[in-house]
Amino acid sequence: MGEKVLMKGNEAVAEAAIRAGCRHYFAYPITPQSELIEYMSRMMPKAGGTFLQAESELAAVNMVYGAAGCGKRAMTSSSSPGISLKMEGISYMAGAELPAVVVNVQRGGPGLGDIQPSQGDYFQATKGGGHGDYKLIVLAPNSVQEFADMADLAFELADKYRNPVMILSDGLLGQMMEPVEFKPHKTEKEMEQLDKQHFDWCMHHNQDEPNHHHHEVNSLEIDPKVLEKHVIKLGEKYEKIKANEVRYEEYKVTDDCEYLIVAFGTAARIAKSAIDELNEEGVKIGLIRPITVWPYPYEAIAKALTPSVKKILVTELNLGQMIEDVKLAVEGKVPVEFLGKVGGILFTPQEIKDKIKGMQGETCK
Amino acid sequence: MQVIAQRPKSLTDLNFTYCPGCTHGISHRLIAEAVDELGMRNIMMGVAPVGCSVFAYKFFNFDMAEAAHGRAPAVATGMKRARPNMHVFTYQGDGDLAAIGTSEIIHAANRGEKISVFFVNNAIYGMTGGQMAPTTLPGMKTSTSPYGRDEKDIGYPITACELLNTLRAPYYIERVSLLSPQDILKAKKAVLKAMTYNKENRGFTFVEFVSTCPTNWGMTPLDAQKWAKENMYPFFPVKLFRDKGVEGGE
Ligand SMILES: Cc1ncc(C[n+]2csc(CCOP(=O)(O)OP(=O)(O)O)c2C)c(N)n1
Ligand code: SF4
Repeated sequence: MGEKVLMKGNEAVAEAAIRAGCRHYFAYPITPQSELIEYMSRMMPKAGGTFLQAESELAAVNMVYGAAGCGKRAMTSSSSPGISLKMEGISYMAGAELPAVVVNVQRGGPGLGDIQPSQGDYFQATKGGGHGDYKLIVLAPNSVQEFADMADLAFELADKYRNPVMILSDGLLGQMMEPVEFKPHKTEKEMEQLDKQHFDWCMHHNQDEPNHHHHEVNSLEIDPKVLEKHVIKLGEKYEKIKANEVRYEEYKVTDDCEYLIVAFGTAARIAKSAIDELNEEGVKIGLIRPITVWPYPYEAIAKALTPSVKKILVTELNLGQMIEDVKLAVEGKVPVEFLGKVGGILFTPQEIKDKIKGMQGETCK
Repeated sequence: MQVIAQRPKSLTDLNFTYCPGCTHGISHRLIAEAVDELGMRNIMMGVAPVGCSVFAYKFFNFDMAEAAHGRAPAVATGMKRARPNMHVFTYQGDGDLAAIGTSEIIHAANRGEKISVFFVNNAIYGMTGGQMAPTTLPGMKTSTSPYGRDEKDIGYPITACELLNTLRAPYYIERVSLLSPQDILKAKKAVLKAMTYNKENRGFTFVEFVSTCPTNWGMTPLDAQKWAKENMYPFFPVKLFRDKGVEGGE
């Protein structure tokens, strides 16, 4: 590990991606992710890689499809409206089982919305978004350091499962500066290994018979029987990911907690400040922060539901999306309340405290 | 015994799925022969489109990607950038290239991507059952222009070569046809030239094939050839638009 440097989240994740061995980056400018594409335009050529400003997000994600189909660590990034355009390519990559990383620096929506932080794309990221039966692995950072660390994790998971991975960030994490420590660059030897890891299926240089290969990077299976098999195989892969890759953080969760907050990303960050103050005031409250929002930590939430827990609060920067997953985990055992903010406006720790105080009052009645 | 004609090594053993008399089979063969003749089979990768030739990824005997509808030039860009020592072509129909994929083809050409694009213009959407294409001729009846294409309502056919020829970067642009044995011989030369330039990483090369779709035109293959000569040539003249490889070819 090197020394800490002060950086914006958008730049930190770009630097970390290069260090993780990403040498192919294709994107289209959009606020609030433009620092990411700008950083890549400066640094990728220095790393000997490809930086290409595509004509659209559609083109960018399909360039990633091509590069990932060649077995290379490839990445694209955008913000909400651009991510909608990338959904075509994401579905195709999931179908063709291509490893790739997509960063979403979320902003307010729907439509053109605004350029402030939001978590309005939770459903799109975790429940589909593109067409067909597929799953994206979705990582949700809550600090600049974690945003950067997730670049490496995202590529590891993408390669391990041959599946696209999304880092679901937002305008706040993208634009704020925090100290961050980077992993070292991949060594030449590691880069060579990365390059070869997918040779059994990817498009690469060929030989004559008997070693000639004919690899097909493809999501089309016109025969229903063959497609059935393919989709079932994908389903089995998703089950494996669910079993092995759930990640979450417990913050101040104790056996005698009376209240739990469930929040991810920026919303969790604000919730932590509220929890610190509430703890000082004697309220027994903790936070469960999903780090993978797919696969979702249902079991962790269920397990934290000790008999002392009276109510759960879900805080999100949207009208209430992840709350549906929390309710699935809670199975009606305790009331699940919601505090949301939309339009790119953040809640303050005080607003969370007030909400909890209100919930306490109701419980006492 | 002397072998006079055999299946190019660059084609797999699979039988084509095309209708009898369809020109897709001819253009596949021309490309495969060029790859063989230039000894490029081990350094070649291709991109199949969405359209009747969607299964091209099964027919060419080297690594192939199947792209989303219209995105082949973007996919090819990713491939060429990822493996610059390899060589890449796309194979696209007129709906794929000149409707849903106009943005991708124009920008790949404008960047001068070092790829070859083979463009099959049959003036119709073959795969989905004969709907109007951006290249459908004025007055031509299709399943979505049942009264004939009305150019005052929907515009004139898009001419891809002419359009791309307005850009500076492309290295080679030629329109050939597959309507007679002599035409096919000329087409073969164009494909060879595009692939030679591709092998030498000279720049963006584009070959359009004036083709037929007997099935959706509702004609016999021979009538389709005749109809195409009479009706398509006025809009899509066979022509060398640009060849930066020869003096004055620009
Ligand atoms: C996004 C999307 N839109 C529409 C389709 C349906 N579709 C499949 S092939 C095709 C037209 C292809 O026509 P063309 O490119 O002219 O090729 P041809 O079949 O004539 O060879 C369409 C519209 C699709 N597969 N994907
Ligand atoms: S529908 Fe037309 S283009 Fe498609 S295979 Fe048949 S003849 Fe060829």
